[in-house]
Amino acid sequence: MRVESYATLAEAARAMGPDAVFMAGGTLVMRDVNAGTSASRIVRSADPVLTEIRSTGDGVSIGAGVTMAQALANRDLAYLSSVARSVGGPQVRNMATIGGNIFAHHPYGDFAVALLALGARVVLAGQGAAKPLEDVLRERGRSSTSPIIAAIEVPRPRDPRAFAFAKVSRIKPKGVSVMSIAAHLPREGGRIRGARITFGAMGPTPLRATAAERVLEGQGLDAATIARAAQLACDGLDPPTDALASAWYRREVAGTHLKRLLEKMERG
Amino acid sequence: MAKKPVTFILNGSERATFAEEGLNLLEFLRRGIGDLSPKYGCGQGTCGACTVIIDGETHLSCLTMAVTIEGRKVETASGLANGKVHPLQEAFMEHFAAQCGYCTPGMLMSAKVLLDRNPAPTRADVIEAISGNLCRCTGYEPIIDAILATANMRRLA
Amino acid sequence: MIEFRKEFFANERDDNLNEIGKPTRRQDILGHVTGRSPYFDDHLFEGLLHIRCVRSPHHHARIRRIDVSAAEKMPGVVRVLLGKDVPLNLNTLLSLLDFGLDDEPVLSTTKVAYKGEPVAAIIAESEAQARAAVLAVKVDWEVLPHVLDVEDAVKPGAPVVCDVYPSNKFIYHGKFDHQKLRYGDVEDAFARADHIVEGRYQMSPIEQAPMETCGAIAAPEVNDRFVCFTSTQGLFFSLGTAAKLLTMPSSRLHFVGGTVGGGFGGKVDSMHEPLAILGAMLTGRPCKYAWDREEEMQVGAPRGAERWYIKDGIARDGRILARKFTGYFDSGAYTRLSSYAIIKGVGHLPGPYTIPNVYADVFCVYTNRTPATAMRGFGITGVDFAIEAHMDKGAEMAGLNPIDFRILNSYRDGDMKAHRRLAKNCALVECCQVVAEKGGVVLTQASRAATSLLDGGGERARLPSRTATDQNGIVSGFKGGNYAKKGGGASAPQPVALPIAASAPTPAYPSPASVRPAAPTYQPAATPPPAPQPPAPAADTARHGALRFSSLSGFRRR
Repeated sequence: MRVESYATLAEAARAMGPDAVFMAGGTLVMRDVNAGTSASRIVRSADPVLTEIRSTGDGVSIGAGVTMAQALANRDLAYLSSVARSVGGPQVRNMATIGGNIFAHHPYGDFAVALLALGARVVLAGQGAAKPLEDVLRERGRSSTSPIIAAIEVPRPRDPRAFAFAKVSRIKPKGVSVMSIAAHLPREGGRIRGARITFGAMGPTPLRATAAERVLEGQGLDAATIARAAQLACDGLDPPTDALASAWYRREVAGTHLKRLLEKMERG
Repeated sequence: MAKKPVTFILNGSERATFAEEGLNLLEFLRRGIGDLSPKYGCGQGTCGACTVIIDGETHLSCLTMAVTIEGRKVETASGLANGKVHPLQEAFMEHFAAQCGYCTPGMLMSAKVLLDRNPAPTRADVIEAISGNLCRCTGYEPIIDAILATANMRRLA
Repeated sequence: MIEFRKEFFANERDDNLNEIGKPTRRQDILGHVTGRSPYFDDHLFEGLLHIRCVRSPHHHARIRRIDVSAAEKMPGVVRVLLGKDVPLNLNTLLSLLDFGLDDEPVLSTTKVAYKGEPVAAIIAESEAQARAAVLAVKVDWEVLPHVLDVEDAVKPGAPVVCDVYPSNKFIYHGKFDHQKLRYGDVEDAFARADHIVEGRYQMSPIEQAPMETCGAIAAPEVNDRFVCFTSTQGLFFSLGTAAKLLTMPSSRLHFVGGTVGGGFGGKVDSMHEPLAILGAMLTGRPCKYAWDREEEMQVGAPRGAERWYIKDGIARDGRILARKFTGYFDSGAYTRLSSYAIIKGVGHLPGPYTIPNVYADVFCVYTNRTPATAMRGFGITGVDFAIEAHMDKGAEMAGLNPIDFRILNSYRDGDMKAHRRLAKNCALVECCQVVAEKGGVVLTQASRAATSLLDGGGERARLPSRTATDQNGIVSGFKGGNYAKKGGGASAPQPVALPIAASAPTPAYPSPASVRPAAPTYQPAATPPPAPQPPAPAADTARHGALRFSSLSGFRRR
């Protein structure tokens, strides 16, 4: 095994290959290293661009190497603090990065669930313009050479109450997700426009609950629409069975947890 | 695997040695340096028994690559007592905050960082601070009591 | 905060307590808070080698071939061990007490019976190299049908999990495929009962999950001995097991333990020391064999699953007339300590209640699950859950509140128990009364007036006039030759003189004086059988001092 450190992200991206993996915080890569199953080359970079947090008018650009703890400490990211706080425990939050969370396999990746609901875009090192997060998630693991994320551009909700996040876990405050849910329901004239509802641990990657979104689109948030959305929470989703929960269980409770989240948003 | 030179500060003393690439910090501290206080509980980052402090923040040494501590400050439970026991250690002993003792070194690291940053934590603050450290013996209450007692003692002092 | 209820057993208690209720620091806590407590892995060795095992991915499979040729050539690999390298490759833990038949290999050679069963051990310079070499071992498996449910395992035609016990049941006393308890006639009592209550109770395996995983480090010492630092909870048990499996006198073994990072019963199987010492013997270097967390969860023995069927016959007034148990302990693929768990469990039946007719059939069943072991309240916790859940059902059927129902049926001093011994030092009635008080539950006048001291004995001290017995489950082809010899009395071997009164119930682990492994064959000292006691004179309930709650081994008065 070799550990290669590069001063710039561009050099690190050029060094990637089928036998390499990029390590940021190490909370996922080191598990494989300890088990002896990791790639033979570990690529790192200390490029300062990775830890920048820049306000961009209607959003924030977060360097992929920003840790959950750093996100929690940054005022511009206050709207994401409930999400960052839900990741791991204090030690993991000091190490785990926003960019790394996008590559986190099931059942992890709670931060990516929130990013997907907010319509985040991802800047990949050496690959030009930002891409929608869903593209990066879909392409995860498909290429033999994994891309490196440079930054994530996250829109800031005009109304902070239009965004909510919930992590469903058996153990609190620190416990792995049975599922996580994020909802961004911007309103125009009292009606929801551009509804985005996302689930984590309900499929191979964070996914949008498009059936529930369609129910809410153009509607107000009230008991009737919430009930209908909850009913269709899992439509189009194929939740997995794993050591944490069965597919049956996830299907049974997803609607209830979505309902609770939406009711919380309704109360304001 | 190649060995890379590593220079860092451990519990206030400068150390210079070699670490294999790919070796995690836990194994490096235990077998490379001989500091046996951080423990192996899972190797996956879920139990916290390996918790150490790097540059003032808690980290999981089992998920930290040893070569990445170059130039950094590392603290372990071995270094907590400085001639005499640290108030946290005294409080743990007084409040039965350890039974088998295996989680204790990691637990003390999380407690230390909490009190260094927040001299007047609430019970909820303490619970959050130790939420990354599992304990199978005490049921956590004596540990929470010990940490709150230490904070109280310091305020009175 | 301890609350002393001095009104209970007032003339029997001595509350001049020196330690209870006072804060005494643990003698090891300074080590714990300074990170100096020496767990087995906190010992540094030059040239330490790491052992990792090749494990079965199947629940049940025959081993056609193990090919270690590629693994042997891998970087850092010093030695590869197979079953043939183990001096004595078959054991059962309780052979140290002459109980049971050797059934479990250290490294399996012909077949595997649970997922994770080890078939080879790689010894390498680093853990990473050992892991890599494990992946290079090729095993040709013939997958066999498996059985994972206790009741399926005892059906005719079920896959045979352990060849030593072809019916998938441990054989007790060389005679029966289960432990029997027969007292009175339950069927007769069921016919007379006003209510019948039946229940089925299930407990899953429970992983002890101590923070420290199991492991041992062994190294050669210059005086032709081997030192072994181990996480075991039973140091002398591990010593005896290692001596047996390595066919060496225990005088050549130097075991260091006692600092355990949590055990809860999960560190009693002595799995690690023999392999670690064998590695040290064959390589001449220190060897570490420890489980990682995944192995601790998958391969490490959990508390065994249990399934209980309980049937009660209850009279109109709420007295339980009869209780019938059918219990299945899931021992997993091998016996380990489960055979003993059943003995403990059956000794506990029917629970702390005076019931004039009791019947129990309890099976120690082999399935293709991870072998089970001890955990807090070994043998008792599961059946207690079943009993107490069943009591609540009975209370509901009888129309009584659950606490009144329990007080009504509680044993009292002088009552005959199903094991033909008189109950003494009972306190369940009083515990129930305090619980009701704390819980704000209003009890009946009779419950409030009840006492363990006075209401028992007399009629209740009599053995049943008739007990229905049977020969169900009798087997042939198994020898007796275990500690629980029938009949007791003159033919029973006398115990070795111990400083404490020799009427102690057989201890779980032998004390140092009674374990003396010989070099060629294994001869543990005999221990006293649990012989039936004659009923004590009913009137004599006087006690001196604080003896009510000290009726464990040593201080029992006759």
